[in-house]
Order: sequence, then structure tokens, then C-alpha cells
Amino acid sequence: MSTTTLKPTPPAACKDRSQERQKEMIAAHFQRLARAPETGQKNVYTFVPGNLTELLLAFDALPVLPEINALQSAMRGKSREYIALAEKLGHSEDVCSYVKCDVGMLRSGNVGPTGERLPRPDLLLLSYTGCFTFMKWFEILRQEYGTPTVMLHVPYQGGGKPTIEMRDYVVAQLKKKVIPALEKATGKQYDEDRLKELLARSAKAEEDLTWVLSTAKHKPSPIDAYFGAVYYVGPIFSSFRGTQDAVDYYRMLREEVAERLEKGLGPVTPDGQATKERYRLVVEGPPNWTSFREFWQMFASEGAVVVNSTYTKVGGVYDDGFRHDPDHPLETLANYCLGCYTNLDLPTRVDKLVGYVQDYEADGLLINSVKSCDSFSAGQLAILRAVEERTGKPGGFIESDLVDPRFFSAANIKNRVESFLQMIEQKRGGGA
Amino acid sequence: MKYCVGIDLGSTTTKAVVVDLDGLVLGRGITNSRSNYDVACQVALAEALNSTRFGRIAGELEREGAGSAERTQLLAALEQGFREQQYRAQLALLDAALRRAVSERGEAHQAAGPDAEKLAASDALGAAVQSILERMTREAGELFAPGSKRKSDFFRDLAGSRYLAIAEGLAKKKKLPFDALAGFYDKAILEVEAEPADPTAFGRHALAAARTLVASQGAHAESFRQAIERAVESPLEEAASVGTGYGRARLPFPRERIRSEILCHGLGAHAMFPGTRTVLDIGGQDTKAIQVDDKGIVTSFQMNDRCAAGCGRYLGYIADEMNLGLHELGPMACESKRAVRINSTCTVFAGAELRERLSLGEKREDILAGLHRAIVLRAMSLLARSGGVKSEFTFTGGVAKNPAAVDALKGLVKENYGEVALNISPDSIYTGALGAALFAQRLAHGEDQSGLDEAVLAKPKKAKAGSGA
Repeated sequence: MSTTTLKPTPPAACKDRSQERQKEMIAAHFQRLARAPETGQKNVYTFVPGNLTELLLAFDALPVLPEINALQSAMRGKSREYIALAEKLGHSEDVCSYVKCDVGMLRSGNVGPTGERLPRPDLLLLSYTGCFTFMKWFEILRQEYGTPTVMLHVPYQGGGKPTIEMRDYVVAQLKKKVIPALEKATGKQYDEDRLKELLARSAKAEEDLTWVLSTAKHKPSPIDAYFGAVYYVGPIFSSFRGTQDAVDYYRMLREEVAERLEKGLGPVTPDGQATKERYRLVVEGPPNWTSFREFWQMFASEGAVVVNSTYTKVGGVYDDGFRHDPDHPLETLANYCLGCYTNLDLPTRVDKLVGYVQDYEADGLLINSVKSCDSFSAGQLAILRAVEERTGKPGGFIESDLVDPRFFSAANIKNRVESFLQMIEQKRGGGA
Repeated sequence: MKYCVGIDLGSTTTKAVVVDLDGLVLGRGITNSRSNYDVACQVALAEALNSTRFGRIAGELEREGAGSAERTQLLAALEQGFREQQYRAQLALLDAALRRAVSERGEAHQAAGPDAEKLAASDALGAAVQSILERMTREAGELFAPGSKRKSDFFRDLAGSRYLAIAEGLAKKKKLPFDALAGFYDKAILEVEAEPADPTAFGRHALAAARTLVASQGAHAESFRQAIERAVESPLEEAASVGTGYGRARLPFPRERIRSEILCHGLGAHAMFPGTRTVLDIGGQDTKAIQVDDKGIVTSFQMNDRCAAGCGRYLGYIADEMNLGLHELGPMACESKRAVRINSTCTVFAGAELRERLSLGEKREDILAGLHRAIVLRAMSLLARSGGVKSEFTFTGGVAKNPAAVDALKGLVKENYGEVALNISPDSIYTGALGAALFAQRLAHGEDQSGLDEAVLAKPKKAKAGSGA
């Protein structure tokens, strides 16, 4: 059996060039937001799954994504105090920790991930893709800010495929509700040509991202398609899809990964360059953010590389060929929303995971079931059994939470991760 | 003779199993997991090697022509003598540690300034501790006399229960603060437990026991003594070791010699009952439901998460709440005719529920039966999550020794999965250590190459493999 050896551990986290670039983009974005009260630029709060970034940008509105702010707060070690504050305000321990983290941040001065103050929303745009909590979350924010709210209802793909009727239903809402609300909030006219330009740039970036994610089919994989790839999907699922920044970022990322691929190198982990892989895994479910580096280390230190994950499809799914289509701007936005991962029914999710395990030649499927998110967690054990059965590969199950550090038990999770990896090893060795 | 050892460092107890190069069990050892994990491992291994040597003594005696009944009697007497010697040696360590604790307190008082009253009190406490120790030493023979029943085999429990009982009487009689006397013990026992196992102790204690013993054996005395000497002196050489269990990351083993307890329980249960397909392990702080194939390879598993409700510690807490010994809970619950329904597996809430039920006049045995059922219900949910009970089923871990838990499990498995063979080995507590020993055996034969990999990120640990030998 091969080993994974990492080069000497540097004290600070190792980062790719692309990651540095992304950091600059994010800093600039939050600066624009911080200056919005002076510049008068409008902003719209919205969520990642089925987001309508191009449409917002077509109105020059800046997107603000509360769940990204929450996970960033967790990575900065702030979520514990924010959650405590939200619980003090009356939110129960069982409420989604993203919500509580956001409420706590809001009540603590609304200082965003880069240390700058976030502006009040000019509009709350809820693209409803099955998460009931998102709806309640915006109700809380509406009460807090008294801001106008608009809801796009995206029907659930219960039959496994979006129908024309579903698409038309979403398009009609875009025309009748969402666009007028954006016009009112920003004082600007809907400009379809502008939207088309943005969508054309989206498709370019999506092409590069999809290529990057597909490189994990190689052995060794040049990327970690979960821990590493949560950074890769950052720009496309947040505020940048449709911008030239995103196009440039994904081109840079692609070149970087192509270089690693050519040299036969594994992923860059915070603790160094992985040079060999012992285990190839598919992961289902969001990561834990409060102990993200420690969590990654549990895998990296064992030479376990994630070759595909569903979380990196949470904003939208591209691996079945979807790209934003500038020729049909509203229809393509509708299809994008309909196809986001949490809007897929269980059989479709099983099909996807089976495909990931098989096409990426994974050794097994690991599910991280998070306490906060029923959209992900409901049905996960059934998914696990079905994937095990169809692929013949072992499944593992761990439990943690998104941003509540009280639900990350490192010893317990490490124990299970190690057991799972040793189980794979034992199966490979035929009992040794 | 070469042996392989598996050590299972659990939250409550540390177990060691010694096997020969063919995987045959030679000896088992157990001790309480203390604050010093290295020592716990050493002690468990030393105990397992002691039991291995007792096995060899039995073999040597057989060769000398001792009959089966004679051997059993001789061995029992020898072991009893050995345990007494061992207990006395540890009492001597305790004595020294207590003297230190008493004098440290005296020094602290002196440093605080001259206070005749406090100094006199300090002397009185010192004298009391000495008289407790003297009485414990006098009683040692009684504790190990034939037919005597000991509630535990761990020195901490044995010595602690005597020390505290004597101290309580003395404190009342002489108007001394009991807390101070108990405090000395708490401090001293930690020192005793941190004392590394002495590899020569077996020879010393066994030969001392043998001397008093063989004197009564008449004509055979000399040949028996020699047989014992041969067994004591024949060298035991460690070929390979594997560590597992909750504390495995802290075991004095290099990381490639460490296996997950899930794999070890699966393999151990398979070795005990080869037809096993499902293993349930309820330990001190976790519950594991494991599915294995016909070779003992784990195919799927589930563990309790986020919370250890419904594990062995739950029963420990309930025993404390009811002022009962842990081993008394199961038999008492078995007397129940009508189990009370207990909803909470949260240890603290269950305590509250227990008090409420008692105040409502429910019988203790009925409440206990309900509590046992509650923890087994939680285990049933994990079993279902891991894939259910397919055919032969093995129950392991400390809780498998509890008859009420076994009854509840039998009933619920039958209810949910129909008639299934349920295995419980009297040595079930050693299942994980046995699995680890069998992994060690494979390492010794070079069958398991994964252990030879160099580590990925971890720095090599300083401790040598199996430093407890």
C-alpha cells in the first residue's frame, strides 16, 4: 500500500495562488458593501442554493449571502458568541446554527467576515429551493430591518426531473415579482442585454470550474473535491458569478490545477502538499466550519483525498452539463434554481452519488450529517445504504454541525473517520 | 516462547490479551484505566502475562503428573497466594505514598506559621493513617482467604473500600475530619497507580506463594516447586503488539500498530463466534453496532454520537444514585415483574426520573428493569442504523455482563428481527483486545503490510512498541 507523505509542515496554512486571489476579490466586495451607504450602491440579501446572482448584478445590486457570512464567522472563531447571543434572544438550541450565527452577528454590529460593517439590506430576495428555514430566517431579518421581501418559489423536483411547467412557473415569477421588486429596490430598469452578458461570463467560469472538479478522476487527484473545493465554489456560488473577476479566477484556478495534474501532484492541504493518496472518498453533506482545518487534517493525515462531493453542488449542479445559457436568460435562471442539489429528490441524489463513486473510482462514501440542516440530513441513512448496495463500496457516517462548535466532538469524529478508513483498508486487503 | 499482544485502552478499564503465533489465547489481563495510560497498559499487559504464566505452570504441573483436580486446586491456591502477595506489595507502596501525603500537609501547615493546635491535629491525622494501614495489612490474609468474595480485583477499589470504611469509623471515634483522611487516600492512590508495573514481580510473588503452598504437598513438594520455577523462568518474548480502544491515540504504540476498536471488536467477536454477522458492543462511554462478514471484516458500523447517553456509565451513575454496586443492578432488575417505562436515556434526566418514580412508590427492581430497557432501546436504534440484525449476533463490552441488559436485548432483538442466535462470551470484555492481538499476530507473520507504512503526517512517537512487557 502506498503512503501519503506531506512535506514539512509550515506553521501558517498553505494556500494556492488562486486562493490568495479569491481573498482579494472577497475583500474588495466587502469594501464595496461597507461603502454602500456613501456610494448609494444597493444590496440584496439572498441565499446560495438557487441564487440569482447575475440578475442582481444586472441591476448593479451587490449580493449579500447570510449563510456564507455565518460560515465565515465560524471559521474566524466568532460563531460561539454569536450563537450564544441568539439563544439569549430566544432562539432554541435546535434552530439552524447558520440562522443563530447570523442573528448574533447582526446584533453584534453586523461586522462581516473581513472586519467591515455590512449595510442594511435594500431587498430580501428569497429563492426558495426547499429549505423552510431560509423562509423563517428572512422573516426574522424582515422584522429586524423592515425591508421589502420578495420570494421566488422554486418547485421541488419530486419526480427527479424539472418539467417545462415548473420552469415556466419560475420564469413567470421572475417576470411578475422578482424583476419588478428589483427595479423598485434599485431604481433601475431591467436590462436583458446586460443580463445576457453576465450569463455568458457565467458559462465561461462554469466550464472551467467543472473541468477543475473533474480532474479528481485522475490518480492521484490533483484536488481535494470537498475541503479544497469549498474554496473553489466560493466565487461561483456567492457574489461573483457573471463577473469578469470570476472568469479570471476560474481560468487561474484551471491553470493551477492543470499544472499540478501535469506534475502528478496531489492537493495542497493547509498542512502541506499531499504527494500520495491512500484513500479516495466521496463525501455527502456540508462540512463543519468551526474546526474546518482540524476536520480536514483528520483526512489529510491519513492520506484520504475526497474525489467528489455533493456539497460543492449546493449552489447549482454543473456536472450533468448545465451551463447558464445567455440566449434564454430567464429560462436558464429558472433551470439553474430547479437543479440545485438540495432541490433534488432522494433517488436522484442516490444516482448522483453512485455515479460519483463509480466514475471517480472512490473507495467509499462518507456522510457528514449536520445537526442544523434537515435539507441535507433527512434520508441520509437511506442514501448510504442504497449507495453501499449499488456500488459494493463501504459507507461511513459521521455527525457534526455547520457552525455550532458544541456539536463538533473531535475525538468521536476522528475515531469514526479512522475506523472508516481502516475498514476500507481491511476490505482491500481481504482481511489483513 | 514468542507471543503477540493486543491492548484495548477503554474509558473504564484497560484490557490485554496475549496469544501465541497461531492465535491461540494464552492469557488475559485487566486493570482500571487510570490517569496514566502508559501505566494502565503496562499493568494490563503484566496481568495478561501473569495469566499466561499460570497457564504454563498448569502445563508444567501436568507434566509432573499432577491430576486435573489437583492441578485446579493447586493453581487456585497459588493464584490466591499470588494475589495476596501482590496486594501486600501494593499496600507497601500505598503506605509510602500516604506517609508522603501526610508529611506534605504537615510541612504546609508549618510553613503557614507556628500553630500548636494545627500541628497536633496534623500529628493525630498521621497517626490515624498509620493505624488504618496497619489494620489493612493485618486483614490482607483474610481478604484473600479461600472462599472469600472480593467485589473487585482492582487495587484501587479493594484498598479504597477498606481504607474508607476504617477511616470512617476512626474519624467518628477520634473526632477527626473524615474528609482529610479520604483526601490523603485520593492523593496517594494516584501515586500508587502511576507506579510502573515491575516485570520481576510475578516471579517474586509466585515463588513466595509457591513456597508456602508446596510445603503442604508432601512427597510432590519438590517436583511441584521445580515445575513452578521452570514456568516462572521460561522467557516470554513479544513478537508484535497492537493497541486499540478509546485511548488508543495515547497508547505507547507507534501509530502503525494502532487499530480502530471497531475493527478489533469485529475481529475479536468473529474469533470467539465465527458465525457472527452482527456485533453490539456497549462500553463505558460508547455503543457500537458493527456488521462483519464471514472473515470478521467490518462491512458497516454505527456509533453513538454527540452524546454518550445509554452507555455503561449510565448504569454506573444509576448505581451511585441508588447506592448499589454496579454488579448488583442487573440481578436486582431481573427480579422485576413489571418494568416501569423510562423515557430518558440522558444520564442526568434518568437520575431525575428515577427519583420521581421512587417517590411515586414504584419498586426499585421495576424502575431498574425500565432503565435497562431504555439503554438497550437506544442500542437497538444504532443496530437498525448499521443495517439491523441479519443472523448470528454477538453482544460484547462491559454491559454484556449485566443479565438485565442481556434479557432486554434478547427480547427486543426477537421482537424486531425474529429468532436469532445470541452469543455472549464470559470473556466478552476482552473482545476488542482479542481482535487487537489477532491483528498483532498477522503483523508478526507479515500478513498485514499496512502496518509497515510510514506515517503520513504524525511525528514518530518516542515510546517503543509494547513497552509494558
